[in-house]
Amino acid sequence: MTFSESFFPSRFAITRGDLESYLSEALAQGGDYADLYFEYLSTSSISIDESIVKSATQGVSLGVGVRVIAGERTGYAYSDDLSPDKIRQAAHVAACIAAGPAKVEKTPLEEGRKRNLYPVLTAPHEIAFLDRMELIKRADAAARAYDPRVFQVQATYVDNLRHVMVATSTGVLSFDRQPMARIGVAALARQNGSAPQRGYAGGGGRVELSFFLEEKTPEHFAREAARQAIVQLEAVDAPAGETTVVLGPGWPGILLHEAVGHGLEADFNRKKVSAFSDRIGQQVASPLCTVIDDGTIRNRRGSLNVDDEGNPTQRNVLIENGILRGYLQDELSSRILGASPTGNGRRESYEHIPMPRMTNTFMLAGESDPGEIIRSVPKGIYCANFGGGQVDITSGNFVFEASESYLIEDGKLTCPVRNATLIGNGPEALRYVSMVGNDLQLDEGIGICGKEGQSVPVGVGIPTLKIDRMTVGGTA
Amino acid sequence: MSENHLAELAQETVQQALARGATDAECTIREGSEFSVTVRLREVENLKQAGSRVAGLRVLAGKRAGSAYTSDLSASGLDRMVASALELAAITSEDPNAGLPNVEELGAIPIDLQTYCSDIERIETPVKVDLARAAEAAALDADPRISNSKGASFDSRISRRVFANSRGFAGEYRSSYCSLSAVPVAREGESIERDYWISSARSIAGLEPAAQVGRVAAGRVLRRLGARKVETQRVPVVFEPRTARTLLSGIFEAVHGESIYRHASFLAGKLGEKVAAENLTVIDDATLPGLFGTSPFDDEGVPSRRTVVIERGILRNYLLNTYTARKLGMKTTGNAARGVSGNAGIGHGNLFIEAGDRAPGDIIAGIAEGFYVTELMGSGVNIVTGDYSRGAAGLWIRNGEFAFPVSEVTIAGNLNKMLMDMEAIGSDLEFRGSTAAPTLLIREMTVGGR
Repeated sequence: MTFSESFFPSRFAITRGDLESYLSEALAQGGDYADLYFEYLSTSSISIDESIVKSATQGVSLGVGVRVIAGERTGYAYSDDLSPDKIRQAAHVAACIAAGPAKVEKTPLEEGRKRNLYPVLTAPHEIAFLDRMELIKRADAAARAYDPRVFQVQATYVDNLRHVMVATSTGVLSFDRQPMARIGVAALARQNGSAPQRGYAGGGGRVELSFFLEEKTPEHFAREAARQAIVQLEAVDAPAGETTVVLGPGWPGILLHEAVGHGLEADFNRKKVSAFSDRIGQQVASPLCTVIDDGTIRNRRGSLNVDDEGNPTQRNVLIENGILRGYLQDELSSRILGASPTGNGRRESYEHIPMPRMTNTFMLAGESDPGEIIRSVPKGIYCANFGGGQVDITSGNFVFEASESYLIEDGKLTCPVRNATLIGNGPEALRYVSMVGNDLQLDEGIGICGKEGQSVPVGVGIPTLKIDRMTVGGTA
Repeated sequence: MSENHLAELAQETVQQALARGATDAECTIREGSEFSVTVRLREVENLKQAGSRVAGLRVLAGKRAGSAYTSDLSASGLDRMVASALELAAITSEDPNAGLPNVEELGAIPIDLQTYCSDIERIETPVKVDLARAAEAAALDADPRISNSKGASFDSRISRRVFANSRGFAGEYRSSYCSLSAVPVAREGESIERDYWISSARSIAGLEPAAQVGRVAAGRVLRRLGARKVETQRVPVVFEPRTARTLLSGIFEAVHGESIYRHASFLAGKLGEKVAAENLTVIDDATLPGLFGTSPFDDEGVPSRRTVVIERGILRNYLLNTYTARKLGMKTTGNAARGVSGNAGIGHGNLFIEAGDRAPGDIIAGIAEGFYVTELMGSGVNIVTGDYSRGAAGLWIRNGEFAFPVSEVTIAGNLNKMLMDMEAIGSDLEFRGSTAAPTLLIREMTVGGR
């Protein structure tokens, strides 16, 4: 696709000359850099509750964000109206951050190298609504059929199609079409008048609708949600205190996201407010740990062809054999630190200033057999699934919530335990990793990462991991 | 755009929907502007200023519902929104309880609830920048151990919400909000900590002085230096007001109409029963002038009101919208909430725990060994079972006094039991957001550490 055939030029008659003139306007008061982020977002969501499709919504939002950087300062404004007057007005407001003559040599806009990590011909969003509605009806039926103790099911399907275009004063001109779809199923189960228990499963990615028909079906997610709720019916209280923790593969990789990922975002490190500040080259994890952030995995939820500043995403090694290797950069931090952008500049929408963010964060597989890892633990806890997590990047303390876990007694999984929070400290937790499984799995595509009020989709993954020491919060 | 124009637009959109086959319709239009400035290490770091609008429509075709929204408020944009909503209402399921509120339930509180103050729009940018600068400076200058800063910010928002439905309701209100916050970082030896303080108000004049915001933030971070883990044990736990507020989020989810009809709450089916200690009263009141959860009507056009949720330990009311009320055979409590489109969900107004009679200092003085919680992490509250397990930091209490700072621990219990074990309630209730609670003492919880 050429520039003139792409979404914004063809639909809103925006020319290269227009973009260059808006960028000039943004740098009229001075500054080192300016960019424009055009976004057109179409969304749909459908949900089923009590086997009734109670709600369906579709909508569109569009706008443009204008940013000016002068030294470490950022000016930002946006408009939900793409008329030239309104864009110029936003550029004028953003320009107020700078003072003095522009330091920028204006570079003509040039389109970058093209690739497509999610070559989706027809986005789910472009398929008839009825076909998508069928997915949640199937999920509802499958969760109820799984076990008679399942008495409530809610399923939601959401998708969106985002068209973006980025133009920068350094000459970057990029555009992308970013599809996304996700199913989520929640099930409640109870037996003999006991308290109900809840299970949840979901997934998706930058995929076509066929993904839900052929690879991960509504039944797959529905049975998983129902299974988790049923397992919880037998759960006993979680122990409290320090113990050995084994994390199952896949979604428990949220550990990496909280324990090290956020702390390695370059903004926190250039400001020296991260527990990982000034630690490049130091041992921050056991030598068994190699942690990667990779925005280029095909069709994944956290993947992007270009980040929200127009830079191509890439595979970044964060920790290699336990040694801290690098940070996640955006345009601003890489300028200040004299580093190269790593393709991690992301934003929630045109209303938001980009920041360094994760994409798909995972640990490389090791050599241990997962069964052998569990057999090596005389007493501990095995966590198969998690809810969410949170980190205080300055102290490095982080938590994450186990939603499905089991006691390990004499090398065997025994009974399920109730939801418990685990807590650790980022620069310390991974030092206690003593075994890494050969079974790396990425999550099924449900991650949403929040930072300073902005949410973006992400992925995580780990192989089975043994952590010799971690505090489990217990229940009751 | 003039206010009348938006109100007319909402009513016209409702009429459009009816003309094209909807049996009922409701339209929301929201217009807002935001300003924010962050100062870090005494220099402006970010400055943002902009506004946007969005319209949303929900239509009913008999007992089927469909919704749509758009940021394009042109005639053609609104036309497409109407078509989109109707398209969906043709294919969703019949839901016997779907529908708008009854006509006699609609209305708005007639008095000025002081949700809007014009000083936020009047005051010039340099003044707002100076507030952030002064807040950060007060934190940085408070102590040599304040070594760094995550910045100080002034944020403000102005918004107008317009709502009209096909049962004859048309209403609108403006609201304003601003806040001033500071996030200093302190260091002593190997110990590095951050904490924050934030003051919020409907008007700039209502904010705490900038220097006070900075000094309080500094005091809070300094007392965390040298924090350590404690042994795993069961002790009395005190929630300071900032963390006590978070218990209300759990109570809210547990009395939320949707959790109730799905039997997904530990409080489902317990109306009239004792669910908390006798000293605990929880009220939701969206009619208190000038507060953060205040509005003249809810997001279905039902007047806001005061609802007693828990009265001296007895569960009195759930929080309901029209839909959940019909499911439960009850009346709406005026708690409908939504963005601009979709079926209405449920929100709270000013949800608070009534102040008790104990001075916070007295409560602490009476504890031989305990944990005073100043920060919570994670969202480990299971509303279905009441299981409660969260990361925490704070101060250790020994012999009635703060002994040393604590971090990297968890606290665990069950919300049901925590409400029953509410041993003391402080007199220090302050409305700093749409939930508010005084200092609370819970008889015993598990602190997870070494």
